[in-house]
Amino acid sequence: MSEEIVFDCLHAEIVNYCLDNNKKHDLGILEYIGFTTGYRLIERLTREVPRFKDELETMKFICTDFWTLIYKKQVDNLRTNNNGMYVVQDKAFRFLTRISPGTQQLEHAPKFVAFTCGLVRGALSNLGINSTVTAEVQSIPACKFHIEVNRN
Amino acid sequence: MSRQATRLDAKKVNSEFLTLTYGALVTQMLRDFENVEDVNKQLERIGYNMGMRLIEDFLARTSAPRCLEMRETADRIQQAFRIYLNIQPTISNWSAASDEFSLIFDSNPLTEFVELPADLTNLRYSAILSGCIRGALEMVQLEVQCWFVQDQLKGDNVTELRVKFVRRLEEVIPAGED
Repeated sequence: MSEEIVFDCLHAEIVNYCLDNNKKHDLGILEYIGFTTGYRLIERLTREVPRFKDELETMKFICTDFWTLIYKKQVDNLRTNNNGMYVVQDKAFRFLTRISPGTQQLEHAPKFVAFTCGLVRGALSNLGINSTVTAEVQSIPACKFHIEVNRN
Repeated sequence: MSRQATRLDAKKVNSEFLTLTYGALVTQMLRDFENVEDVNKQLERIGYNMGMRLIEDFLARTSAPRCLEMRETADRIQQAFRIYLNIQPTISNWSAASDEFSLIFDSNPLTEFVELPADLTNLRYSAILSGCIRGALEMVQLEVQCWFVQDQLKGDNVTELRVKFVRRLEEVIPAGED
């Protein structure tokens, strides 16, 4: 779809902008932009959706409907330890598919996943789940997101 | 688990996703820069960079031939807006010399959820659009100026983007090559 390329370009520019202006190479701002986007987007997405009955159901929504809409494919795997840890695996993550595959460009991977970490954290946050989201890239374009629910 | 699969309108979600992300970026820039003019410049630059890339996608997608005059260029720009933002601006207000025209937008997806606070009247929120046009055209050897004449965010009825032909860029051959 044509709008995808527009967003891909915008995302790339946001990454550039955030890293250019922060001499410290801080990914926090990038994550924060994702957070506010996710926070607002999920509110509009779930307007017509019945209330989720528990955390697992919320997670499933994020990893199926939400993920498919944003990343144009389903996640390849969702695992949980049933104690607040969730691991989402995407074997061809949208923002990494335009980078040479393999491990050569691995050092550049963090900046292309930070936005999404924030996006997921923001979406969950607005659904009442306080979490920490980190990403792990071992071989481009595969990516694993670790979602840790903070309960207290 | 027999949750009813919710049918969400992918097209609408995509457009809102873009709108909200752009909004988050503008908000962040306003935090980063004290001067609103600097934000305008940054947004324009981001648009410029995006335009330089989008033109390639546009050419590949439409296999459009070379434009011979500005009226053709205007049609292509209109087409690009339809492809990439799903909006169709009207082309009007041609100058007598046919080197300057306006794109009139009845609606602007970028500003769908936006209201400008009173102290930000200098902000050109959609500066990314003018940047995009400039960047894209520069890649096909057209230098143009592009600016906002009217903006719905500032209370006008429509958003009007003016495009003015400046000159044709000559291909520069790198030094040492004939």
